Amino acid sequence: MIRTDLAIIGAGPAGMSAAVAAREAGLDVIVVDEQPAAGGQIWRAIERNARLRPGNLAFLGEDYVKGAELAARFAASGAQHWPGSTVWHVESPEDGDKTVTLAWDGATRQVRCGALLIASGAMERPVPVPGWTLPGVMTVGAAQTVLKSSGLFPEAPLLLAGSGPLLLLFAAQCLAAGIEIAAVLDTTPAGARLRGLPHLPKALLGWRTLLKGRRLMRTLSRSGVRIYREVTKIEALGAEHLERVRFQSVGGPAELETASLLLHEGVVPNPQLTRLLRCEHRWDRAQRCFRPELSDRGETSVENVFVAGDGGGIGGAMAAVHAGRIAALEVAERFGAVNRPNGDVEIVKARDALRAELAVRPLLDAMFPPPRWIGELDGGEVICRCEEVTAADVRKAAALGAPGPNQAKAFLRAGMGPCQGRMCGLTVTEILADAHGKHPEEIGYYRIRPPIKPVTLGELAALDGAD
Amino acid sequence: MLRRLPDQSGRKVRFRFEGEPVDALEGDSVAAALLAAGNRILRMTPKSGSGRAPYCMMGVCFECLVEIDGIPNRQACLTEVRGGMAVRRQRGAPGLPGEAGDDPD
Repeated sequence: MIRTDLAIIGAGPAGMSAAVAAREAGLDVIVVDEQPAAGGQIWRAIERNARLRPGNLAFLGEDYVKGAELAARFAASGAQHWPGSTVWHVESPEDGDKTVTLAWDGATRQVRCGALLIASGAMERPVPVPGWTLPGVMTVGAAQTVLKSSGLFPEAPLLLAGSGPLLLLFAAQCLAAGIEIAAVLDTTPAGARLRGLPHLPKALLGWRTLLKGRRLMRTLSRSGVRIYREVTKIEALGAEHLERVRFQSVGGPAELETASLLLHEGVVPNPQLTRLLRCEHRWDRAQRCFRPELSDRGETSVENVFVAGDGGGIGGAMAAVHAGRIAALEVAERFGAVNRPNGDVEIVKARDALRAELAVRPLLDAMFPPPRWIGELDGGEVICRCEEVTAADVRKAAALGAPGPNQAKAFLRAGMGPCQGRMCGLTVTEILADAHGKHPEEIGYYRIRPPIKPVTLGELAALDGAD
Repeated sequence: MLRRLPDQSGRKVRFRFEGEPVDALEGDSVAAALLAAGNRILRMTPKSGSGRAPYCMMGVCFECLVEIDGIPNRQACLTEVRGGMAVRRQRGAPGLPGEAGDDPD
């Protein structure tokens, strides 16, 4: 077992920024990350693209290129970086060190730390439309991931379906890279601008983001790509794999032949680690998801466990950078680090910067509201991909008296497959809340237990130095 | 399935999927490389046996579970290709290591 002052899970914007700040303050830092290289999802493969495929930077855009600077500072920071490691357990005893248990290179390792920063980011909201399990259906983020890491794109005809900034950004990246989009099925309800208007004055603090958003929307609307508006009732159809997509739009019902359908209805915090640690969570009404309750320094309800970045609520990459710095400075203060750079002043500065970054979020949440239909599902749609449980099954469990997700899990096995509820957790909570006429917070969420990732017997046997 | 943009430099890596050679580029995930090589289905579900393909490509959906070098339950989207690795579809629930390879193809 190895001990460090601060362990950070995730090497995205929040994790890298926190590592740099903590190292500057003189703390020992270990950063563990599932991905093969630093950058997180937003700056995925940034170093390799910059070095090997500079041509890709042109269509991935300037906000992507920005990641290179922080990645370089992180590499030079002196923090230990363990890429390609899979955290499968985290423990936080009442007093004393936290323990992070992970699989790395075929063996199990444990890190003890005084403070833990969870910077494991967000995931896309699962979009359980009929047929979403067919090969050929992916998320927009999935396609963006392979575009960044491998220069790959989905085969034509390609449909983008959903709503929100990430979809617009990916569409713009496709257009810039010469990737053909057959059509966009925009699920944003009518009146986006009107809904956003009351939030505009406050959002002006984030004018750069606003301008970028406007540019992205214009790029798409002037591109000549066919856009269907106010789309609802999307169905992916096909026998063995995706062949067609059926939907409703302002123009009436439509059906398109397609090989690739990319879904996106916004991003939500990845809840596994904060749930595993039994941190308090609150339901975020605007974003329709749970988020861990955090202090103004990013600390959870569990002492010395911090969250920074989109894992604490969606704020985007630059917000994550500031939040990571705040958490690291707070840890440095608390542990009396050697080079405290006038901690409080620095924290106040970082908090101002964070507030400016977050100013635009209420406007975005209003313009691109999360879908309400997910909680209203009651038919044969598969909502748990692993155990192939349908919305009607969840309704039946509710009628039989299952008050919450954990009882429904016992009835149905939803949430007991390999993904451990990542793909059905939010949907099950929303459907049960609807069925029982209760608030999602009263319904709650799956109880997450270790191991949160598959671990082999070999990895277990090779615990710590036994290799 | 996936296509590759022109001018994607990188070292070539060859591995096997269901015994057949697959060419990829260094840095590709196993999941991306398999989709780029024209494989639509990476696993079959334990319950209905329906074919599945990667959905999230970032380690949360577990639809890309494959067997790599005899070890089942590997997340293909989180594993980078290595020359000579042997990848197989995961059919239903995984067996113990060594057992899964018995499935004749």
